[in-house]
Amino acid sequence: MLENQGLKKRQFFSAQVDLSKFKEKDFEQATEDEKKQQDVMGESTTFFKDGMRRLRRNPLAMGSIVVLVLIIALIIFAPMVVPYKYSQIISVNGIRDKSAANLAPFEYSKLETQYMEETGEKLFPHIFGTDSLSRDYFIRVIYGTRVSLSVGIVASIMVLIIGLLYGSISGYFGGTIDLVMMRIVDIIYSLPDMLIIILLSVVLNETIKPLIEGTVLQSLGTNMISIFIVFGLLYWVSMARLIRGQILTIKNNEYVLAARCIGTKNGRILRRHILPNCLSVIIITTALQVPSAIFTESYLSFLGLGVSAPLTSLGSLANDARAGMQSYPLRLVIPAVAICLIVLALNLLGDGLRDAFDSKLK
Amino acid sequence: MAKYIVKRIVLAIVSILIVSAITFFVMNAIPGGPFNKEKATSAAAQKALEERYNLDKPLGEQYILYMKNLMHGDWGVSLRNGRDIWNEMTMRFKVSAKLGGMAAGVAIVVGVVLGSIAALTRNKLPDRLIIFFTTLGTAMPSFVLATLLLLIFCLKLRMFPVWSSSNPNYVLPIIALSVYPMAYITRLTKTSMLDALGQDYVRTAKAKGVPGWKVIFKHALRNALVPVVTYVGPMVAYILTGSMVVENIFTIGGLGSTFVTSITDRDYTLIMAVTLFLSILMVIANLLTDIAYKLIDPRITFE
Repeated sequence: MLENQGLKKRQFFSAQVDLSKFKEKDFEQATEDEKKQQDVMGESTTFFKDGMRRLRRNPLAMGSIVVLVLIIALIIFAPMVVPYKYSQIISVNGIRDKSAANLAPFEYSKLETQYMEETGEKLFPHIFGTDSLSRDYFIRVIYGTRVSLSVGIVASIMVLIIGLLYGSISGYFGGTIDLVMMRIVDIIYSLPDMLIIILLSVVLNETIKPLIEGTVLQSLGTNMISIFIVFGLLYWVSMARLIRGQILTIKNNEYVLAARCIGTKNGRILRRHILPNCLSVIIITTALQVPSAIFTESYLSFLGLGVSAPLTSLGSLANDARAGMQSYPLRLVIPAVAICLIVLALNLLGDGLRDAFDSKLK
Repeated sequence: MAKYIVKRIVLAIVSILIVSAITFFVMNAIPGGPFNKEKATSAAAQKALEERYNLDKPLGEQYILYMKNLMHGDWGVSLRNGRDIWNEMTMRFKVSAKLGGMAAGVAIVVGVVLGSIAALTRNKLPDRLIIFFTTLGTAMPSFVLATLLLLIFCLKLRMFPVWSSSNPNYVLPIIALSVYPMAYITRLTKTSMLDALGQDYVRTAKAKGVPGWKVIFKHALRNALVPVVTYVGPMVAYILTGSMVVENIFTIGGLGSTFVTSITDRDYTLIMAVTLFLSILMVIANLLTDIAYKLIDPRITFE
C-alpha cells in the first residue's frame, strides 16, 4: 500500500502528497460498522411507494378509501346475507303479502308477524322497509348502488381506453394526423354532451331493442347500453386531449430520441417509454371520471332514461320515490345520501391521488 | 386575434351544423313516423300526408329542407298537439332564462365573495368551513338538492309556497340550480386569488403603502377573476341541463320541463327542436366565453 514512498522528487505544482507524514494505520480500511455510520441515505423509494406514502398522510383520502371499501364490501356481501331479491315481491309461505307494501324500517307486515308467531321462526327484517310494490327496499338500494358504481367504473374504463389510444396516436405522430385528429376533438368538445346523451338515449332505446333480444345484453337493458355507447362516443375527448398534451412534452426527451436512434419501433416507444411517464395523469383523471359518470347516470335515471325496471340504480330509486315523497321521505333520502356519499368519497380520493402523485396538476 | 376569432366562429358553426345533422338523422332513425297513431290511417291519406310534409323525399333532401325552414325560423310543429314549436319554445324559454340568469348571477357573486374570503383567511376557520361546504356542494346532484329543498322547505316547514305561475317564488329553484356552479366558482376563485396574492405586484403595492382593501380589490381580485371567466361557458351548459330536472321538480313551466315532458311523451319533433335550440345557446355561450377570455388576458395563447 505504501509503495509510493519512494517518490521523493517533488514538483512545485504537483499535488503529490508526502506520504511519509502518514502512518500505516491511517490507511486501514473502515470496518463494516464504521461504513454503516457514514450511510445517511434514506431507503430508496419507487415513484409508486412515494406517492402512496403521501396519500397515506392525507386523512381525507384515507377516510374516503375506508368509506368506499365499506360500501363495496356491503354491496358484495349484503345480497348473500339478505334473503330477499331486488325484484322479489314479499310473500309469506308462497302467498303474496299484500299488507307488506310501504313498510317502515324494521317493521313487519301483518302476515309476517302472524307467520312468525305461528312458527316461532324469525324472518329477516326489512332494514329500510319496503316500497309500494312490497319489495325489500334495503336490497334495492344495495342493487342500485351496484349498478351506479359499475356504470361509473365501466364508463371510466371505456373513456380511458378510447382516450388513451386516440390521444397517444395523435400526440406521438404529430403533424397532419395530429391536426386532423385534434380538430375532430375540438368539434366533439364543443357539442353539448348532456343534450346529445339524452337525445341518443331516447333513440338508442328504440333502435337497439330488437338487436339485443335474447342475448346476455338484454338483462342489462337498452338504457344501460345506450348510456355506455354515449359515454364511449363523447366523454373520451378531454382524456384524449390531456394524454396528447402529456405525450407532446414527453416525446421531446432525450431518452425517446435515444430509443429512436437504436431503431426501436413506434409502438414499443409508446408503450415502454412514453406511457409509463404519463401514468400518474392517467390514473388521476380516470379516478375523477368515475364520480362524473355516476352523476350522469343518476341524472339520466332521474329523467327516466336510466336502467330498465325491475333493475334499478340510485338515480331511478330517487326518481321513483318522488311520487310518495311526502308520506315516505326516507325512501328519497336514502338513495340521495348514497349518491352523495359515493361521489364525495370518490372526489376526495381523486383529489388525494392528484396531490400525492402529481403536484403539477393542481 | 382576428384570426383566432374567425377560427372559433367557424368551429362554432361547424358544431351547430353537426348537432343539427345528428338531431335530424337521429330523429329519422326512430322507428315509427309522425302519422303512426293508434287509429290506423288509410294508405292514401298517409301518402298524402307524407307528400304534404315532404316525407316521401330522400333523407338528404329532407335534411336540406329542414335546414332551409330552420333558417327561415320554421321549427315545425309538435307531434302531440300540433302547436307551433317556435312560439311554444320562446314562451317557455322566457321563464327558464329568468330562472337561469338569476341562478348564474347568484352563483358568480356568492362564489367570488366566498372564494375571496377563503383565500384571505387561508387555513383558518372561515376557509375550512367554506371549503367543507363547497366540497359537499360539488358532490350533490342538482336533482337531489332540488327534491330535498322542496321536501323540507315547501312541504314540511311550509316556509315557501309551492310554485304556481300566478305566484312564482324563485328562491328554492335558484338555490338548487346555483349551488354546484357556486361551489365550483368558490374553489376556482380561491386558488387564483391565492396565486394572485403571492405575486410580486401585490407585494410592491403593499410595500408602497397602498391600503389593504385597495390591494385586494384593485390588484389581487381583478387578476384572480380571469379564470372565473372561463367557467361561464360550462356554467351556462350546466344551468341549462340542470334546469331540466329542477324545473320539473318544482313544476315550473320552463323550457327544461318542456324538454323532459317531450321525452316522456316521445314528442320527437319537440325533443329535436329543444335539443337544437339549447345546443345553439351553449355553443354561442362557449364561443363568447373563449373570445372574452382572450380579450381580457392578451397573454393567453391557445396552442
